[in-house]
Amino acid sequence: MDDLFNLNRRELLKTTTGLLTGLVVAGGPLAPLARGRAWAVDLIALTSAEGAELMAVARTIAPHDKLDDAAYAMVIQAIDSDASKDPSAQKMFKEGLAALGSEFTASMEDDRVAALKKVESSAFFQVMRLKTVQVLYSTPMAYAYFGYQGEAFSKGGYLLRGFNDLRWLPEVPPQDGGPMPVSS
Amino acid sequence: MTHIDLHDSSAVVIIGSGAGGGTLAHELTRRGIKVVLLEAGKRQSTETFSQVPGEAFAQLTWLDARTQSGNWGVARDFPSLPVWHCKTVGGTTVHWTASAPRLQPWELRARTIYGNVAGASLIDWPISYEELEKYYEIAERRLGVTRRNGVPGLPASNNFKVMYAGAKKLGYKQVHTGHMAINSRAFDGRGLCIQQGFCVQGCKMGAKWSTLYTEIPRAESTGNLDLRVESTATKIEHGADGRINAVVYRDSQGKEQRQRARLVCVAGNAIETARLLLLSASSKFPQGLGNSDGQLGRNYCHQITGFVWGIFDKPVYSWRGATLAGVVEDEVINDPRRGFAGGYRLELLTLDLPTFPLVGLSYGWGRDFASIVESYRNIAGMFINGEDMPRSDNRITLNSAVRDVYGLPVANVHVDEHANDQAMRKHAQGQMSRMYDAIGAKRIVLGPTPPATHNLCIARMSSDPRDGVTNAWGQTHDIKNLFISDGSVLSTPGAANPTLTIVALVLRQAEYISQQMKARSV
Repeated sequence: MDDLFNLNRRELLKTTTGLLTGLVVAGGPLAPLARGRAWAVDLIALTSAEGAELMAVARTIAPHDKLDDAAYAMVIQAIDSDASKDPSAQKMFKEGLAALGSEFTASMEDDRVAALKKVESSAFFQVMRLKTVQVLYSTPMAYAYFGYQGEAFSKGGYLLRGFNDLRWLPEVPPQDGGPMPVSS
Repeated sequence: MTHIDLHDSSAVVIIGSGAGGGTLAHELTRRGIKVVLLEAGKRQSTETFSQVPGEAFAQLTWLDARTQSGNWGVARDFPSLPVWHCKTVGGTTVHWTASAPRLQPWELRARTIYGNVAGASLIDWPISYEELEKYYEIAERRLGVTRRNGVPGLPASNNFKVMYAGAKKLGYKQVHTGHMAINSRAFDGRGLCIQQGFCVQGCKMGAKWSTLYTEIPRAESTGNLDLRVESTATKIEHGADGRINAVVYRDSQGKEQRQRARLVCVAGNAIETARLLLLSASSKFPQGLGNSDGQLGRNYCHQITGFVWGIFDKPVYSWRGATLAGVVEDEVINDPRRGFAGGYRLELLTLDLPTFPLVGLSYGWGRDFASIVESYRNIAGMFINGEDMPRSDNRITLNSAVRDVYGLPVANVHVDEHANDQAMRKHAQGQMSRMYDAIGAKRIVLGPTPPATHNLCIARMSSDPRDGVTNAWGQTHDIKNLFISDGSVLSTPGAANPTLTIVALVLRQAEYISQQMKARSV
């Protein structure tokens, strides 16, 4: 988080080719995680317009309406990073975005879905889909949004923190489960 | 650190440090036998295990290139990762989910019990269950398996409560938190399970049995083990008499080394086991070592899997708790009325949020795909572990078109599913769907077949050398001082998660090797 959303102490890199910015929605799941209300991601291979278009692609692939743009911005940053390291990847992304057309970003969801279906078999789309799924659901914002608590070793596990707190079904008889090893 | 000289021809060389190789290293060294243990991966520890799922995957997984072919779903859904196992000290016991059931006695007589199944290459095991039973008992005590020898079961998690309620609605009787190699109480100098859920990332409690922190340190403490990490075996060599005399490997600097050996045991998790023996082809053994009957690499089995997710209108928080601690064992029967031979286990399963949409769901995108992930906290999960049919042409071969960093051909994994496999998966996914439906699931989602984690049978034990690669002790039919010490030797897969069986077979093999060495037969 500190590396990515550090507008307060961010210095624009000389190599910056674009910028994605946004505001954290007040009261949204990201709010407690963010340092400041505004976030920004420097792009080093793609332009701001391309970044915005990729954002629209990622939001069409994995639409979670109430999940903040900041989570999707991490997908775009990962793609931008890949593009910066590999000219052929950069070409693929730029050409893929150009083929979708400049109107893609602002078009309605049904139209965006239709446009992506047309290019579904392309390497561009397949990489976009995989990268979106890989990065989006690994973000701290997604963890917070989906209520996923992640690792628990540092907190002593879930043994005393709800691993068996489900109450809407009958309890398992002792002979088919096992004793709590410590008293709660 | 014990050092064994490269020219010391009295050494036993074991390749791979997982359930098979790691346990064998302990068993031989404690009998006073000097062992060089070659492990391709690095050594991690409970301190270094990453708790970031993506990082843990990269830290532990064997990611060197493989190719694959055939009609199985893995080739379509996970083209670059046909199998999912580890490359690290402790092997796949570092990321396993620690389900440790036994095979049923009848599963060792698959050919006799199932009859002649067209398109399958079934055989009976060359050993009986009665012969294996003693070693199962030792293995269960060694691993501290729950619900055996008075060890309590693990307590029921939320995800298991859902499974249990559904199973009882369907009338299943054998439903419990499993025979797990996870400490339900402190045991063997290791702590108890705190239900943290990160079994696959490496258990930071050390509550889950792994050779990394049990067998291997004990082998080291004998003073007879020389463990060489980041050491990748590339060839096994033999003399004019056809007996193995050395293993060629690349050390951590990529430099080629040659360790002389009295006897070699290969335990590379089937895929690399087959590849190494094929790469070791010579003028005397032009088809590779142990392959005079053309059986090496064939009859590859991986056990049938398939996820079912139940989405409920109330939270499950399935990620809290031991990943696989729950089982229904009623379907581990051979009942042809179900429309297929062999049995399967219904097993509890959960995947962390980053892994769930990547591995647990079929390819998809858009609103429907996102809506499933949106329900993540309300999702209960399970999958099956079932017996797949051995087929002669389901096999590991060398693919010369793709090379590793040393310029050697990579392994190709070919699987064409048998109709029996498909009928079993369909039946099992139907039963799991009925379980969730019976307790009010809002939606039931069938997942894909994930990359194979149980790699078996490619050097199977057989009474008749023409049917397999090894005898009843995992000794190759062709070469007396060449042994196979991993899941490759299972004659048929059965429906039990294989680790306990691998350990039991290796305990038995170690006795045999020790006796044979004393008698100077090898």
